Amino acid sequence: MLTVQVRYFAALREALGPLEAVSLPAGTTVGSLRELLAARGGRHAELLAPGRPVRAAVAQAVCGDDTPLADGDEVAFFPPVTGG
Amino acid sequence: MAAPVPRVRIQSADFDLGTELAALREGDHSVGAVASFVGMVRERGHPDAGEPVRELELEHYPGMTEKSIEAMIDSAQGRFDIRGARVVHRVGRLQPGEQIVLVAVSSAHRGQAFQACEFIMDYLKTHAPFWKKESTPSGTRWVDAQVADDEALARWGIEARNAAGR
Repeated sequence: MLTVQVRYFAALREALGPLEAVSLPAGTTVGSLRELLAARGGRHAELLAPGRPVRAAVAQAVCGDDTPLADGDEVAFFPPVTGG
Repeated sequence: MAAPVPRVRIQSADFDLGTELAALREGDHSVGAVASFVGMVRERGHPDAGEPVRELELEHYPGMTEKSIEAMIDSAQGRFDIRGARVVHRVGRLQPGEQIVLVAVSSAHRGQAFQACEFIMDYLKTHAPFWKKESTPSGTRWVDAQVADDEALARWGIEARNAAGR
């Protein structure tokens, strides 16, 4: 097992809260974490559904779905960025 | 020697363009050009036909935002012959007409300063983790990313799938 800190921003933060600790089986990737969270149903399912424009970062660097997770990682999910 | 001023600052306070530009070129007499861009809160958001914006709320990802913009400046320094660069981005609640963002670049000659300034701004729009929420008379909404911003970055040979990607 491994535990990661999941952070949400913008519309995801409003719906899901800013931060949660999630315990996962070893070998979990960013993509499978997203699926696991979406499988909870409710707002998680709605906001993290496949096809929704959600970006992910691990250790504060943008990453793809196949990025593996390690114990203690900080993972973030957020919408497309709109700064500037 | 005073501690170096950070190249990237995220802050709620306003900034003064003259002060920032003076600090950027201070003590460096090889600088022959400074180019800068200042972004302001527009009363008309996207699309332009929408309701007037009363207030904008800017959210960021503390730590990652600074790191990502630092990396953009490093990339600009690899591509262009520039001396220095500075980015100031505001967060929190802002009203129409207020300054949001400053990108400033110093260089020996104007061409590289102009180009690097635009490059950093195009990069920031599509890759720096900031999110805007608009308040209008009928409520609040998160601003959508624009495909045109991805296209602007593509001119520099960098693919962006911020607005377009899944």
